[in-house]
Amino acid sequence: MSLNELTIAEARDRLRAREITAAELTDACLSAVDGAGALNAFVHHTPEIARQQAAAADRRLASGDAPAMCGIPVGIKDLFCTKGVPSQAASRILEGFRPEYESTVTQNLFDAGAVMLGKLNMDEFAMGSSNETSVYGNVVNPWKLDDRQLTPGGSSGGSAAAVAADLCLAATGTDTGGSIRQPAAFTGTVGLKPTYGRVSRWGTIAFASSLDQAGPMTKTVRDAAIMLGAMASVDPKDSTSADRPVPDYEAALTGDIRGKRIGIPREYRMDGMPVEIDALWKQGAEMLRDAGAEIVDISLPHTKYALPTYYVIAPAEASSNLARYDGVRYGRRARLSQGDGITEMYEKTRAEGFGHEVQRRVMIGTYVLSAGFYDAYYNRARKVRALIKRDFDQVFAQGIDTILTPATPSAAFPLGAMTDADPVQMYLNDVFTVTVNLAGLPGLAVPVGLDAQGLPLGLQLIGRPWDEGNLLNHGAVLENAAGFVAKPRRWW
Amino acid sequence: MSITEAEARKVAHLARIAVADEALPALAAELNGILQFMEQLNEVDVEGVEPMTGVEKMRLKRREDVVTDGDMQEAILRNAPDAREGFFAVPKVVE
Repeated sequence: MSLNELTIAEARDRLRAREITAAELTDACLSAVDGAGALNAFVHHTPEIARQQAAAADRRLASGDAPAMCGIPVGIKDLFCTKGVPSQAASRILEGFRPEYESTVTQNLFDAGAVMLGKLNMDEFAMGSSNETSVYGNVVNPWKLDDRQLTPGGSSGGSAAAVAADLCLAATGTDTGGSIRQPAAFTGTVGLKPTYGRVSRWGTIAFASSLDQAGPMTKTVRDAAIMLGAMASVDPKDSTSADRPVPDYEAALTGDIRGKRIGIPREYRMDGMPVEIDALWKQGAEMLRDAGAEIVDISLPHTKYALPTYYVIAPAEASSNLARYDGVRYGRRARLSQGDGITEMYEKTRAEGFGHEVQRRVMIGTYVLSAGFYDAYYNRARKVRALIKRDFDQVFAQGIDTILTPATPSAAFPLGAMTDADPVQMYLNDVFTVTVNLAGLPGLAVPVGLDAQGLPLGLQLIGRPWDEGNLLNHGAVLENAAGFVAKPRRWW
Repeated sequence: MSITEAEARKVAHLARIAVADEALPALAAELNGILQFMEQLNEVDVEGVEPMTGVEKMRLKRREDVVTDGDMQEAILRNAPDAREGFFAVPKVVE
């Protein structure tokens, strides 16, 4: 087994036992990254930084002061600002941008001793479910169907592909409507979106500020627990970061869920849902029941309105957040013609700097916030959002501990399959995940099985707010019972 | 509600995104498709419901009103496409 195939927990134990060094582990990952150009997961490589950080980690390990992430090589989604390293949210408009500061998430990881291998591909400004809107080109899923190239999902597609292909031990992702959990499900990896406010958003390029949350993408649930502990913090630089101490999430993995009540929401049984997804969902419920949990049918009546609500609120916030990309302070400015004024500069810069999907969402957001439509769309969506959250509040008040749902409505689909589809068809990928962002809850995608074509399928567990420890414990039980060990066959 | 070509042009201008005239019909159609999808929200009874402002009721963090950061003109200008003499430079604005 090569070192890059280790989990965080395995590597940590071997590093601490001095059986391996962070330098060796990092070199193994750098070689794996170099050999995986065909996946297009890593888009900015930082081997010098990685080797320096690995050397520092080895010194720390030698001195006995080594937090769990010390010496662990990770990939960082291009959405996180990393000091002196290109950070462009996979957008042309941020071409050449090298932040002068470090995001809180990456700083926390570095403080814990983590090693950055480079920046990971994603959908432009995290808007997409297939990683086909990136200025760097598509990410290719390491899982293949015959000769067809598949999407790794999106927007954290580079992160998911890199973890699934063992290019790194783990990666950071961000999730606004499902962008961690859907790609995790498409690649047979684990993805956690924490409770809104658990992880600081400072220095993470904003898409929709009331929904965005960063989280770990890992090979195992235990690794997600370890990495969340390092990413999460109370941050005075983010006014929405919660003033709550960060618990030891790994300690919560007792494996005991006896007596817990697991809700199965009937509204998630969608018309036209593939039989395999439904069967997987039932199997997952049985696994949790066998572990001593009680399975309870529940109702979340406003579920069907989650997607239209999301596609009002997220573009509205995006149109506001993305107003800053104007060709003045950072990034790329369009070449101007004689006589062009400042308005032409804005309009040309944004027309050539933003891709099609980003432009579409900025314009939808502009429309729903414009005078005369604000109440009809934006305010109404915020009211429906309150009802969606109330649905969850009510089932948790009835004593439900965790909710089990499918993670995605299908397995990974071929790249290009949705090119001519209505944009709304692509938005349906988020149907099971988007409610969780609207309600601000933690959600975890766990790989549970393979479909008839041999592609991974995942289930989602939804937890109570701030209850990531319990959520991860349920996830670990599910992971253990499912015994998912399949790996993509190496072709890249 | 339905977006006309003229409204699509107005939205593009409000968003400060240049859209060629010949692209407006397709843009209007696309925006209409998405807005139609949003029309489902009209089925929901939202009478008396407060619009959601945040996922958790929490008091906005406060701190003392003092300068905590600054003196980094060079760092702030370093990524500018055009910076001169300590300022961001833009085309001449005449109003």
